[in-house]
Amino acid sequence: MSSAPPPSNGTSGVSGRTDGGPVPLASSAPYRSVARRVFVNRAFLWACLITTNIAVVVLAVLLISIFWQGWDTLSWKFITSFASRKPADAGILAPLMGSLWVCTICGLVALPLGIGTAIYLEEFSKRSRFTRIVQTNIMNLAGVPSIVYGILGLTAFARMFGAFGTNVDDAIAVGNGEGLLYLRLPFGSSVLAGGLTLMLVILPVVIISTQEALRAVPSSLRAGALALGATPWQTVWGITLPAAIPGIMTGAILSMSRAIGESAPLLVLGGLLLVFNTPTNLMSDFAILPLQIYNWAGRPQDAFHAIAASAIIVQLGVLFLFNGIAVLIRQKLQKPLQ
Amino acid sequence: MQSESSTTTPSQHAHGHSVELRAVSVASTPNTAHSDTAIKVRGFSSWYGSFQALKSLDLDIPSRHVTAFIGPSGCGKSTFLRWINRMNDTIPSARAEGTLELHGKDLLAKSVDVVDLRRHVGMVFQKPNPFPKSIYDNVAFGPRLHRVYSRAELDQLVERSLRQASIWNEVKDRLHASALGLSGGQQQRLCIARAIAVGPEVLLMDEPCSALDPKSTLAIEELIESLADRYTIVIVTHNMQQAARVSDETAFFFEGRLVESGATEAIFTKPRNKQTEDYVTGRFG
Repeated sequence: MSSAPPPSNGTSGVSGRTDGGPVPLASSAPYRSVARRVFVNRAFLWACLITTNIAVVVLAVLLISIFWQGWDTLSWKFITSFASRKPADAGILAPLMGSLWVCTICGLVALPLGIGTAIYLEEFSKRSRFTRIVQTNIMNLAGVPSIVYGILGLTAFARMFGAFGTNVDDAIAVGNGEGLLYLRLPFGSSVLAGGLTLMLVILPVVIISTQEALRAVPSSLRAGALALGATPWQTVWGITLPAAIPGIMTGAILSMSRAIGESAPLLVLGGLLLVFNTPTNLMSDFAILPLQIYNWAGRPQDAFHAIAASAIIVQLGVLFLFNGIAVLIRQKLQKPLQ
Repeated sequence: MQSESSTTTPSQHAHGHSVELRAVSVASTPNTAHSDTAIKVRGFSSWYGSFQALKSLDLDIPSRHVTAFIGPSGCGKSTFLRWINRMNDTIPSARAEGTLELHGKDLLAKSVDVVDLRRHVGMVFQKPNPFPKSIYDNVAFGPRLHRVYSRAELDQLVERSLRQASIWNEVKDRLHASALGLSGGQQQRLCIARAIAVGPEVLLMDEPCSALDPKSTLAIEELIESLADRYTIVIVTHNMQQAARVSDETAFFFEGRLVESGATEAIFTKPRNKQTEDYVTGRFG
């Protein structure tokens, strides 16, 4: 291997017929030290392990301290009582139900809208200036601070640009205010306005994660379906969407987790603290867990800190519940194949 | 139509000027003298944007025979194949001119419903692309797109398709297992079963064995032979032995032109064109 032949172009144009032994690579180039490469490899492995463990440890410390503080005051009574000035009597029924209502509305609107938009952008739209503008704007919207969405929600949903007057009492209403079927315009500080505002917050994330999931489906599967005479819709429904469901649901889980923890936009919207009833219809007032936690945690008395911790435990429980439902749906939709 | 002159020897219709032969295919074997033309191509050109991928092709592809497209990479044979079932429609910059007819029906006309066309012209791809579903659902997917079957009819259809694709015995006990668990060669035969299941007249195969080992390749080749009396098969291949083994007709493409076409035996033993001869004897390509 002392003198490699110069890389001449004399292979005479007949491909795959280069005779002779293996041509040594540029032989004067120094070798890298094997020991050093093995060392760097090992060092990198350790660095990755350490970063992973930092994340795990931080989370564990957080959880342990929360449970330490809040476990004692967590009781069925705490979950089923309304707010009170006395920490011993205070409960989180209103914010818990408020959060559930708002997040359910948010999910029911944001997921179909977001997934539908992503399907259009990825599977149907032609690459045009219009879709590029839409795409860029969705990317930008994902980075907008959530409080800005709160202001938008306040203007667009709660007040409806003042199109129906500025006083909620003057609103156009349909149905019985006590019953389930009740709607009024504008929405005011209602669970519907809250849910729609949160929908704005998570919509870009849902769209982008769904697009990523659809992009990850090999185009050979689409070609296979189209070649069998499937329409674009049949291809999406029969092949692309089922293959993308795990990714889409993962995006949905992350989005919903964000929605349930958001407080800023709902603070702007007028999420209340002292609510003494649970929502009965889309127009009900509401409190939400993160705001309640914030309120209690900010008080000077230790007893309130304890019930704030209890409320955090409940909030985490709700989060797990939502994620659990999403995982169940994912498994249901992915027909189990061995 | 020249191609109807069935049993002419290759030299009899070798007219045209030196470089660009006007290649016209003929039915190859004596016992198929009545075989008619399935796909008629005249003056067919196509472009990707401003790049001309195919230059004025003339070709007749006989019905219920195997026609092989050979030629070096980038010569346009796959492009042409993808025009026959209009898969190129998915490429925005692709366009075509000229005559491309299936049993007298213009395939390039605006009025052609590509969804219906692809039911009649099936396709098998270079890399096996089974859907991430069960074996049964892979085969049933196509038929279900077009018609509403009863369970029993569908079961029958799936079995018949898998039998035709010579894979039934290997999968009959695990029809509801994932198709992704099959070997590459089995997956490709499953894809052929899937294509057959919608009842096409034409099967397009784009290098169906290039991702497979020799044993699986042999299985696919035997399958192609067994299907040849029922389907018009067009196969693109880089493997000249394969073209010689499985095809009745061969068309040699070079740089977007159809250099020569005719009975496979003639192309491989008595090529009229120097480029064809160089290619089939392995001197370039």
